[in-house]
Amino acid sequence: MAQTALLDELARSIPPERLLRQPAQLVPYESDALTAFRSRPAAVLLAATQEEVVQAVRLCHREAIPFVARGSGTSLSGGSLPIQDGLVIALNRLNRILHLDPAQRIAVVEPGVINLAVSRAAAPYGLYYAPDPSSQQICTIGGNVAFNSGGAHCLKYGMTANHVLGLKVVLPDGEVVELGGASLEGVGPDWTGFFVGSEGLFGIALEITLRLLPKPALYRTVLAAYDSLEAAGDAVASIVAAGLLPGAMEIMDALAIEAAEAAVQAGYPRDAAALLIVELEGEPLQVEAEFAQLLQVVDRSHPRTLSVAKDDADRARIWKGRKSAFSAVGRLSPDYLVQDGVVPRSRLGAALAAIEQMSRRHALRVANVFHAGDGNLHPLILYDGRVDGELERAEALAGEILQLCIELGGSITGEHGVGVEKRQYMAALFAETDLAVMAELRRALDPGELANRGKMFPDGEAPALRAQGPHPLERLGLLSRE
Amino acid sequence: MSAPTVVAPTSNQELQEAVCACSHLAVRGGGSKPGLSPEQPAPVTLDLRLLSGLLEYDPGEFTFTARAGTPLKTVAATLAEHGQYLPFDPPWVDQGATLGGTVAAGLSGSGRYRYGGVRDFLLGVRFVDGQGRLVRGGGKVVKNAAGFDLPKLLVGSLGRLGVLAEVTFKVFPQPEQYTTLRLPQPSLEAALATLATLARSSFDLEALEWVEEEGCPVLYLRQGGLAAPLAERQAALRSWLGGGEPLAAADEVRFWHTARELAWVPEGSLCAKVPLRLEQVAALDALLSAYGAPRRYSAGAAWAWVAWPAAAAELHRALSRLQLGGLLLKGQAPSPLLGIRSAPTLAERIKGVLDPFNRFPPLG
Repeated sequence: MAQTALLDELARSIPPERLLRQPAQLVPYESDALTAFRSRPAAVLLAATQEEVVQAVRLCHREAIPFVARGSGTSLSGGSLPIQDGLVIALNRLNRILHLDPAQRIAVVEPGVINLAVSRAAAPYGLYYAPDPSSQQICTIGGNVAFNSGGAHCLKYGMTANHVLGLKVVLPDGEVVELGGASLEGVGPDWTGFFVGSEGLFGIALEITLRLLPKPALYRTVLAAYDSLEAAGDAVASIVAAGLLPGAMEIMDALAIEAAEAAVQAGYPRDAAALLIVELEGEPLQVEAEFAQLLQVVDRSHPRTLSVAKDDADRARIWKGRKSAFSAVGRLSPDYLVQDGVVPRSRLGAALAAIEQMSRRHALRVANVFHAGDGNLHPLILYDGRVDGELERAEALAGEILQLCIELGGSITGEHGVGVEKRQYMAALFAETDLAVMAELRRALDPGELANRGKMFPDGEAPALRAQGPHPLERLGLLSRE
Repeated sequence: MSAPTVVAPTSNQELQEAVCACSHLAVRGGGSKPGLSPEQPAPVTLDLRLLSGLLEYDPGEFTFTARAGTPLKTVAATLAEHGQYLPFDPPWVDQGATLGGTVAAGLSGSGRYRYGGVRDFLLGVRFVDGQGRLVRGGGKVVKNAAGFDLPKLLVGSLGRLGVLAEVTFKVFPQPEQYTTLRLPQPSLEAALATLATLARSSFDLEALEWVEEEGCPVLYLRQGGLAAPLAERQAALRSWLGGGEPLAAADEVRFWHTARELAWVPEGSLCAKVPLRLEQVAALDALLSAYGAPRRYSAGAAWAWVAWPAAAAELHRALSRLQLGGLLLKGQAPSPLLGIRSAPTLAERIKGVLDPFNRFPPLG
């Protein structure tokens, strides 16, 4: 068998404690943060060096064995779900920050480096790494690159792709190429940008050159409570109309507020129908002037309460509630699905009203936590997997929400990626020709479709079993979903 | 050889038909970057200037969609009516540069320093590939992770992978007012040290341009934002730098207009963009001094604009020696890509998918 040949050859150079082949060893790798899917790989390679990754990819290519790269397994779209009988190449041990150049404002890192570790390493120089997915304490840069991760600051700062300048990549056939570099600019096609967000289908990033930004000198964070989601949404529209460009604008609904309060006591007003967090950052004199303007705009939007973070601790508390909202909502229900659709900002009100109707029709509770600044919805559909038919109803509701996002001119995913979860909606979002061209581009780099087979494209294989319940890491409080 | 035919499609369908009807063709927009056209004119030139006009613009969304042949000038004027702008500051607005040409050339201007370049503001594209297929990539919303990032693949693709038909951009509110500090530097080393220090400072500069004046580097630091605190912000920056001379308002506007239009490039001179890391500036600057080539370093020396007084082939060889890549924008060369190449094998494979019959000029 091809698998045996591959594993025997790998075993010649890799010690058994880093080449997992026993069923008991493989269980933790059977799924990622999208726990509804499970699949057992033939083996897991805990790669220790870039050379081992390249060797493994070359062997997979020779033996036509599909492979999946994996970091911390926090994908919410099933992006790092193993392929049945394929190889998982785990990259967590490739966790060195190879180079940090404050004058050039770059960091060159290996794919297993944790997102937040980049900002920690840059902090002594007054710099930070801007993309901040909610899982940033545990998710890896390699995964962020593969799925073009977002966070709460995308309107102003963009997504991961906007912060990746260069890459060293092993393509699916084992060729190693260098794309882009340490300069902010290049000439010729933007290969780096093309690779970011390719969901592992174009191979594995071995080294990533990240752009760092100077840490803002001052933050001003406002928390406003409203009697309706619509009023909170209108406030966002007025802020934008005033010509302000906040770093973040986040909204939570009553159910999300209740859950966050129960979990972390963020001090949110419990009886509000909606909560709006707005944050300005930058040079102190400019921020204070914008802040005065912001307060006027928010005041005119008739909030029932309005408060301002007094200090860093207060600001951290406000954000803690927001960032833990997902796992907190999970406490209200045995199971839940998270969606990640995007709508034009002006259609947020329409989208939320439609979701509320859908929620009633399917008799399932939906909590809403979303990035209002960039129209990125995160409806959490609560269900009980033990009740016959509830999962199916939840999935139907999720599908209707994605369909709605497409109809309103948006996207099926803002930051979680397509993965296995949203494959079937790609055909609704893109025309046949668009998908055909994407598939051809993929096959030009990977004729055998070995790299992360079964993801992104609608007709991919679906070797997954169903299961419910939180991810083991989530149970330990190490993982939060957004 | 007969004179090249010019075809000017007026719709996406005509564009597709035109591509299918020709075995070899090249694309032009406003003609502000002739260096991108092949040295040997293709038998057919697709002129995109009739594929023009804004299709969608909702200021509240911070996005617009326009046909690729739309002049930047038209776009800038419409955005300005709503206090918005393209923060990456694309060059040659007055020379008729178009949105599509800006994307295909991958060009940003001084504003690149603050928020990012053309790659960072392009959200979606529709383009016609070498098989005549109308292909869509990306989307119309500011955040989107679905499918391969075809918009970024088209950034810098030089009309060699496809013809852009429509583009969607993110835009930002324009600062109410600007102010600029002029900061002469005693030497190249001193200028580099100042850039390195500024890189770590938390001053929010809109742009940072390095100009050679009478043999010495001079830095221009632009701040922007609400009008009220701006004078005080400039004073804070000035005191932090220990010097600098504020430009008068009219001079300020003129300086950045000259920068955007590259109006300092001598008439008829070759013009190239050369991306840089800070540690590469000294070697390039020595080369340019030896040739007496006028130059400016833009966006904190992320790249050099070079007015090259000799043959393009000589610049190509010199850049190769310095392990630099460049892009020829004005002038003619066998390929607009000068110096070292990035990812040649990858380029070949992608070209094979999007332009298998080599209707467009070669990418290499």
